[in-house]
Amino acid sequence: MIVNEVRQDLLQLLGPERYRDDKEALVTHSYDATPMLQSLPDAVVYPDSTSEVQHILRLANKHRIPIVPRGAASNLCGGTVPVSGGIVVAMTRMNKLLELDTDNLTATVQPGLNTKQFHREVEKRGLFYPPDPSSMVISTLGGNIMEGAGGLRGLKYGTTKDYVIGLEAVLPSGEVITTGGKLYKDVAGYDLTKLLVGSEGTLAIITEATVKLIPAPRVRQTMLVAFQDIYAAARSVSRIVGAGIIPATLEFMDQPTIRVVEEYNHIGLPIDMQAVLLIEQDGQESASVQKDMDAIVSICGEEGAARIETARDEREAEQLMKARRSALSTLARIRPTTILEDATVPRSRIADMVLAINRIAAQYELNICTFGHAGDGNLHPTCTTDARNTEEIHRVEQAFADIFEEAIRLGGTITGEHGVGTVKAPYLEWKVGEAGIALMKGIKQAFDPNGIMNPGKIFAKSARKRLVITR
Amino acid sequence: MNSREQDDQRKGALKQQLVNTLDYEQLMNCMRCGFCQPACPTFHQTGLEAASPRGRIALMKAVADGLMEPDEAFKQQMDLCLGCRACEPVCPSDVKYGQLLEQTKDALFEHAEPAGAIPLRGLHKFAKPIFKRHRRLRLMSTILHAYQRSGLQRLANKGNLLRWLPAHMQTMERIMPHADSRGVVKRVGGHRFEAKGERIGTVGLFRGCIMDVLFTETNVNTVRLLTESGYDVVIPKEQSCCGALFSHSGDRDTAREFAKQNVKVFGDAKVDYIASNAGGCGAMLVEYDHLLADEAEWVGPAREFAVQVKDISELLLRSQRWNQLPEAAVQSKTAAQPETTRDDTVTVTYQDSCHLRNVMRAGEGPRQLLRLIPDTNFVELEGGEVCCGSAGIYNLVQPQMANDIVDSRMEAVRDTKASIILTSNPGCLLQMKVGVEREKANDRIQVMHVVDYFAEKILK
Repeated sequence: MIVNEVRQDLLQLLGPERYRDDKEALVTHSYDATPMLQSLPDAVVYPDSTSEVQHILRLANKHRIPIVPRGAASNLCGGTVPVSGGIVVAMTRMNKLLELDTDNLTATVQPGLNTKQFHREVEKRGLFYPPDPSSMVISTLGGNIMEGAGGLRGLKYGTTKDYVIGLEAVLPSGEVITTGGKLYKDVAGYDLTKLLVGSEGTLAIITEATVKLIPAPRVRQTMLVAFQDIYAAARSVSRIVGAGIIPATLEFMDQPTIRVVEEYNHIGLPIDMQAVLLIEQDGQESASVQKDMDAIVSICGEEGAARIETARDEREAEQLMKARRSALSTLARIRPTTILEDATVPRSRIADMVLAINRIAAQYELNICTFGHAGDGNLHPTCTTDARNTEEIHRVEQAFADIFEEAIRLGGTITGEHGVGTVKAPYLEWKVGEAGIALMKGIKQAFDPNGIMNPGKIFAKSARKRLVITR
Repeated sequence: MNSREQDDQRKGALKQQLVNTLDYEQLMNCMRCGFCQPACPTFHQTGLEAASPRGRIALMKAVADGLMEPDEAFKQQMDLCLGCRACEPVCPSDVKYGQLLEQTKDALFEHAEPAGAIPLRGLHKFAKPIFKRHRRLRLMSTILHAYQRSGLQRLANKGNLLRWLPAHMQTMERIMPHADSRGVVKRVGGHRFEAKGERIGTVGLFRGCIMDVLFTETNVNTVRLLTESGYDVVIPKEQSCCGALFSHSGDRDTAREFAKQNVKVFGDAKVDYIASNAGGCGAMLVEYDHLLADEAEWVGPAREFAVQVKDISELLLRSQRWNQLPEAAVQSKTAAQPETTRDDTVTVTYQDSCHLRNVMRAGEGPRQLLRLIPDTNFVELEGGEVCCGSAGIYNLVQPQMANDIVDSRMEAVRDTKASIILTSNPGCLLQMKVGVEREKANDRIQVMHVVDYFAEKILK
C-alpha cells in the first residue's frame, strides 16, 4: 500500500494516466519472462522526463518505498518482478532516439527505446549496433543496459557493456550523475559507466545513454553444420576459435532443440542430427569472409560433420538465424514450464560442459535441451517441466545447482548474460566469494543507503551451501 | 433479493464461469516472453502492458487464480482487444489466444451487467433471425437501398439530420456502399454454374451476409472468376450467416446454430471446396471444428467442412489459367524503394485481413495474385499485417481506438503512393474507406476488394 501522502504527490505530478494503482496495472506489472515468479507492486508510474524520475526517487527514498525500474520486462532472472512490492517505474514512455552522431559514431538514446527499432534506425545510416539479445524485438535499450544483455554476436563484437560509453542516471537521493561521454578514452576516476551496466536496477535509474556504433559489415555469410556426434560439434567450436577465426556468430543447438525449432519454423533443419552449429561470418570484403568460411568448412569436415549447408541468400540466412533466435520460446511447446539458464565457461571447455549437462540431466531424470552462444562459451541449458509438479521442480533446482557448480569448476560463471536477479542470487557467492559479496554490498550501500533500489535482487538473504565435490 | 445482492450474485457467477471455462493449460503455456507485443495494434497504440496479449493473458490468469475480480476494467480491456489474432502466428509457444479470448467473452456476455446487457442482448435477439434467414437480410437491405435511393439520404444530409449521430457513425453513413437487395443469386440468375475450360472441381460459394447485400458485385465477380478458373460453382440456397459477429461478441450458442446449418447445407451440396471471399467469415468457417468440438455427432462433419474452406485467392491460384497472363509489369516493391512506373501502370497496395492472415493463414494468396496482374505496381504497405481497426463491429463500439489505428495505417498508405488500396474482407474495406475519408483523399485513393480488381483487370 502506498501511503496517501505519497499517492497524492505522485498523482499530482503524473496525473491518473501515469500513476496507476488499480488491480489491472498491478497484475500486469507483477511478472517478467522468468518462470514461476509473480509478485504484485503497490503502484506503477510512467515518467516522461529525468526530472520526474528525480521527483519519484526522492519521494520513494524519503518514505523508504522499494523502486523497481522496468523496460519491457523480458528478462529471465526475475530482474523486474517486484518481489518486495513498491513502485514499478516503467520507462517505456521515455523512448526517443535523441541523436545519431555520425561524426563521433555514437547514438544517444532514452532508456525506453526498443532495441530492434534502434537497430533499424542505425542500420538505415549504414551503421551497426551489434548487441542483439534474442528478445530484441520487444526489449528496451535501458533493460539491455541494466541487465548487461548479450546476444548472438557476443563472440566477435562483445556485448552491451562494450558499447555503452556514457550514461545519465538518477540516484536514489534524486541527484543526477552523468558518466563518460562521446569518448573512447576516459580514465577520469572509477569507471561508473561500466559499474552501472549490468547493475540490474539496484543502484540507479538510467535516463539517457550514449552508445558507440561501428560501420556496418558489408558482407555476411551464414552456414549450418550438422553433426551426428554432439562431442564432435563441441570440439569443432573449440577448434574454429583456436584456429584464430572469430565468426560473427557461432551458435549451438542440440537434438531436442533442433526438433522443436524445426516443428515451429519449418526451415528444413535436419531433425535426425545430434547437434547443429549455426555459423555466421561477416566483414568488409567478401574474399576474407570466404576464406574464413572455407577454413570452418574444413575443420567441421575433419571433425566428421554429416551435413554442411551455406545459406544462398539473405532470406535463407535470416531464416536460419530466426530458428536460433526463437529456440527458447519454441521449447515452451514441449511442456508448460520452461526454465532456462545461462551457465558460461571458457570456450575451450564447451565440450566438457555439454557432456556434464547431459550427465546431470540423466542423473535427475530431466529433459534438458541445450543451445546457446557456443563461440563465447555461453550455453543455455533449458529444462522443460511443469511448475505444478513440485517434486520434479525440486529435481530441476538440484540439477541446476549441479550445473552451476560444474561451470564454476571449469573456470566459468553462473550467468553469462541474463543477470543474477532473484533466480541466481543464492549462487552468487559461489562465483565471487565472500569478500566479493561484501565489496559489492559496500558499493550498493554507497549508491543506495536506504536499500530502496530493486530490493531482493543480486544479494540473497542466505547463500546456498556449496556442496564439496570430490572427483 | 435486492439489486445489490443480485449484482453480487451476477459477479460471482461471472467469476465462476471464467474459472471453469478458461483453458488453464493455455494460460500456463504463455511463458510471458512478450514476443506477441510488437504484433499487437492496441499495445502499439497505448504502450500499455495491459493492452497487449501477454498482459491480457496475465489478467485472465489472475482471474482464474483468484488474484483479481473480473471487474469493469477487466471487461473494458477485453473489449479493447480487436481479436485480430496477430499475436498467434508470432507466438513461439503456440498459445491459442483466440480461444482464451472467446472463453472470456462468452462469460462476459453470459453474465453482463443488466444495464449493458439489454442493448447487447437485445441487439442479438433482433439480429439473429435476420442473419439466420438470408431473405430477411435482403429485406433489410431493401430498406437501406430505399433510404439511399429515395432521396431520403440526400434529404437527411441536407437537413443536417445526421449531425445527431456520433461523428464516427456519420462517417460510416457516408462511406456505406449502395445496398443491393437482390444478392448474388438474382444477379447471376441461378444457383449452379459450369466450369469453363479444364475442370478442377466443384466449389460451393459462401456468399456471406454483408458481402451479399453491400458487396454483391464482389460475389458476382467471384462466381465469374471461379468458373473462368475451371470450377463448377454452386451457391447453396439454405446457407446462413457464418456466425462470426455473434461468436466474437460472446454469443457462441447462436454461432453454433448457424455453423450446424452451414455444415449440413454444404455437406448436402457435395462440393470439393468452399470458397470464402471475406477473411472474417472464412476464419470463422475454418474453425467450425473447434466451435462444435463438444458435439459428438457434429465434430466429424465440421472438420470435413473446415478443411474444404479456402480463400478465393488460393482457389484462383490453383488454376493453370492465370499462369499464362503476361508477367506483371513491375514486381512487388517495398515502400522504401518505389520504382518509377510506366504511365499506364497502377500503383496498388494491400491491407491484410487479419483473420485471413492469422487464422486462415492464407495472407500470401492475395499478394501472389496481385503480382500476376499486368500493369500493376504492387507496393507492400509497411505494417500491412497490422489490423486496420475494423475487426468486426469494433469500429462501431470502440471508435476512438479504431480511428487512431486507421489513421496510422493511412500514414503508411501515403508512403506507398498507391492510388488503390486493396483488401480481402468487407469490414477492412469499409474501415480503409473510413481512413481515406478521414484523410480527405477520396479523389485520390480508391478502396477495392482484391477480387474486383482482379476481375476488372482480367475479365474486361
